Amino acid sequence: MKLAALALSLTLATPALADWPQTLAAARGQTVYFNAWGGDARTNAFIAWVGAQTEAQFGVKVEQVKLTDTAEAVTRVIAEKAAGQDSGGAVDLIWINGPNFLAMKEQGLLHGPFVAGLPNAQYLDLGPTSPASVDFTTLVEGMESPWRLAKFVFTYDSARVDAVPDSMAGFVDWAAAHPGRFTHPDASDFMGATFLKQALIELAPDPAVLQQPVTDDAFAAATAPLWVWYDALRPNLWRGGETFPENQSVQQQLLNDGEVDIAMSFDPASTAAAITQGLLPETARVFVPRGGSIGNISFVAIPYNAAHREGAEVVANFLLDPATQAQMQNIEVLGSFSVLDPAKLDAAAQAAFAALPTAPALPAVADLGPTLLEPHASWMTRLTAEWAARTTR
Amino acid sequence: MSRDGRLLRACVLAVVGLGLIAPIALGLWQTGRAAFGILPALGRTEWTLQPWHDLAALPGFATSLRLTLVTGIGSTLLSLLLATGFCATVHAQMTPAASARMLTPFLAIPHAAMAVGLAFVLAPSGWIARVVAPLAGWDRPPDWATVNDGWGLALLAGLMVKEVPFLLLVMLSALSQIAVAQQMAAGRALGYGRGIVWIKIIMPQVWPLIRLPVWVVLAYALSVVDMAMILGPSNPPTLAVAVTRWFTDADPAMLLPASAGAILQAVVVALAVALLWSGEGLARRLGRWWLRRGGRGLSAEPGLWAASAGVAVLLAAGALAMLSLLVWSLAWRWSFPQLLPQSWSLEPWATAQMGWLRALGNTMLLAAATGTLSLTLAIAWLEGEDRGHRSRTRWAEALIYLPLLLPQIGFLYGLNVVFLRAGISGGIGAVIWAQALFVFPYVMIALSDPWRALDRRMLHAAAALGAGPWRRLWAVKLPILLRPILTAAAIGVAVSVAQYLPTLFTGAGRIATLTTEAVTLSSGSDRRITGVYATLQAALPFAAYLAAFAVPALLHRNRRSLTGAAAA
Repeated sequence: MKLAALALSLTLATPALADWPQTLAAARGQTVYFNAWGGDARTNAFIAWVGAQTEAQFGVKVEQVKLTDTAEAVTRVIAEKAAGQDSGGAVDLIWINGPNFLAMKEQGLLHGPFVAGLPNAQYLDLGPTSPASVDFTTLVEGMESPWRLAKFVFTYDSARVDAVPDSMAGFVDWAAAHPGRFTHPDASDFMGATFLKQALIELAPDPAVLQQPVTDDAFAAATAPLWVWYDALRPNLWRGGETFPENQSVQQQLLNDGEVDIAMSFDPASTAAAITQGLLPETARVFVPRGGSIGNISFVAIPYNAAHREGAEVVANFLLDPATQAQMQNIEVLGSFSVLDPAKLDAAAQAAFAALPTAPALPAVADLGPTLLEPHASWMTRLTAEWAARTTR
Repeated sequence: MSRDGRLLRACVLAVVGLGLIAPIALGLWQTGRAAFGILPALGRTEWTLQPWHDLAALPGFATSLRLTLVTGIGSTLLSLLLATGFCATVHAQMTPAASARMLTPFLAIPHAAMAVGLAFVLAPSGWIARVVAPLAGWDRPPDWATVNDGWGLALLAGLMVKEVPFLLLVMLSALSQIAVAQQMAAGRALGYGRGIVWIKIIMPQVWPLIRLPVWVVLAYALSVVDMAMILGPSNPPTLAVAVTRWFTDADPAMLLPASAGAILQAVVVALAVALLWSGEGLARRLGRWWLRRGGRGLSAEPGLWAASAGVAVLLAAGALAMLSLLVWSLAWRWSFPQLLPQSWSLEPWATAQMGWLRALGNTMLLAAATGTLSLTLAIAWLEGEDRGHRSRTRWAEALIYLPLLLPQIGFLYGLNVVFLRAGISGGIGAVIWAQALFVFPYVMIALSDPWRALDRRMLHAAAALGAGPWRRLWAVKLPILLRPILTAAAIGVAVSVAQYLPTLFTGAGRIATLTTEAVTLSSGSDRRITGVYATLQAALPFAAYLAAFAVPALLHRNRRSLTGAAAA
């Protein structure tokens, strides 16, 4: 089913590749309104850099519409559709995430499939279980194009810790040997929930069920080993597992204060960035469990009525350029990991990545292990509710 | 009573009624309806007790309730005890001016800023632990829950650091109306110990004068949100924090049990006040018997010293907390177990500049607007009383105290619904209005006594010279009362700066102030930036207090009787 859809999207999209020169010609002189969450100064600066590059190379300007919530852009497109404005829409390109993508895709608000038509899509791993093909269990089907990678990692202080756990199961023994030195954010927080999901994927008897919407039976069967593991882990957590840091930032501060030895993040470069900001000791380092860790990719999508569709495709393509991805991965620029498949890069591109400035705390892509798929969103809701019922007296 | 006086009184009453009481009543009504299942926006239109069942079934509900009672009632009673003991010990040795100078920083700093500082001072990796570390041989912080502890002790201590100075101020001003020295001399001559005189003779006279402020403290301690978020337990938190979280939950259906929780919060405060009241009645009866027994009991002295030591420890912790905010805002790396930062930097101030400038601007705008509004209204009210030749009725007094005794969470959600309907939610106007509900009462309380203490002969002299009521107000009352007016304004500024929930709810999270930012940042990873915001948050009210001291001194430098506390 998945493969069939993928094949379909590929066949549909292939002619577009031949049309690329036409797309470039049409895009020249356009201004692309890139609707992107504007809460991060480094990301905003990177988007401004992208705009300067595309204007110089392709005559395409980029204007960032800084959103506080991606849903704003979705709402705008919905309003335009309701008003019958099927072309010349105000939104050209959206930095989009799982639920918003699903909503727009289901309501036919997206242009595409267009990804396979982008010349730089050749560097992507578009296999059926690749994170570039599945966005929070929704099939991408060429309707949105990847641009940056988020991946679950642990941070530890190498000055205080000799050996880190190499699997989620290993945390039980580690915590028993180092009581009070590990914790995780409250599961009502996204990062705390991700920690539980990471363990669930490793411990569930059949991880495949996690990709389906949750049912009572499936939940009971899949989470039974998780709770056994958690009951063994919890007594040795920081403050006896009676209280939990509110979020990953608080836990990072605990790591900085030396109250715990391990913290966690959804950005492999955040540790190196925090060191340069003086927020973590120089000896902080990153690790992931041997079996890999949960990851998801941030995408860009083009609304069906975008006024500057060609320009938007040019920008989406530019974002996938190995040189752009290398610039993005530069710790001094954004430090966001590349979405490209290293195996598909030519020698020059690989060299560009290899030549990036490194920081001792910045992990190599190879050290990050495989990327595991996010469970279906319904699992997270059940998981956090069950956790709260078990831990809150 | 002159026509123009009647008009003024009618205006003031209308503004207070429509601007102050109506929104609170409407807010309570909306919250109350939702607590019993009526929330048309979600299609709920039937009366039901389901929200209450849901509330009771929420994880940790009983613990939350217990925490609220223990921290709220415990901190109030302990603060009262310590403040009384401290007053008894030092009252004779300190001038009112000196004690005011000592207490001002503690009164000026908002709860949230104090909490941020205390969180660092008390933490297992904090300042106190860093002093102990070399002695105890710790190379890493002990795994002790000294903040966010499950019993709420850190929150209890934090509340006391703010409550004790407030109660001391209130008590010292009450004591100025009592002939303490003479009564003490008489009591000592009859063979009573100092502490016993204090308990048996002075306190029964002080209590009626401080009863209302104690109720305000109790209501505040039971329903505080910002300090409880920073110092209190998190899993589960106190009831007020839990209710705030439920109100902002992603699932809108949570609004119903959240509303039930908000109403419960109001009931808890009402019951606690009732408990205090009945306790007072009991104490009156027992006290009379105890007085008549005539025991001289010299043994209260160690208790007094213990109380004074307790107050000293609290004030020292508070001072350290304030200092730590400033030090953190200037630090670059400051890790355990260093007593002082390894490296200093102005970077936190520079990098966060855009953010704090905007928050500071908003905060100052809100403080200026609510302060001016409240001060104008308070002066109009007091002037109206003067012109009507009436003293304040009890119901008017109750009206002023109402917003301070009701838990904010009890009506703010409903108030925001009202504001949303009126289309003004999320704007600066709505926030000014919501803050003024709490600023006005404090300004009014601060200004009432000095206003009434004004020497009437001045007014009679002015009237005899032909000055009408407006001229008497502008040319005589306001200049003479400049100092208390500015003090009231400074209190207004301090209250406005400290507002967290009203700003958050009615500003739809879009109006960022120093307080909302400091509370948000306190759950972030950068204590240095939090230090920047908290320092500013403490500095702003402090500057207002300084101005209240300095401006009259400067303006009236050639009017000796007006520079001091002549009218205050």
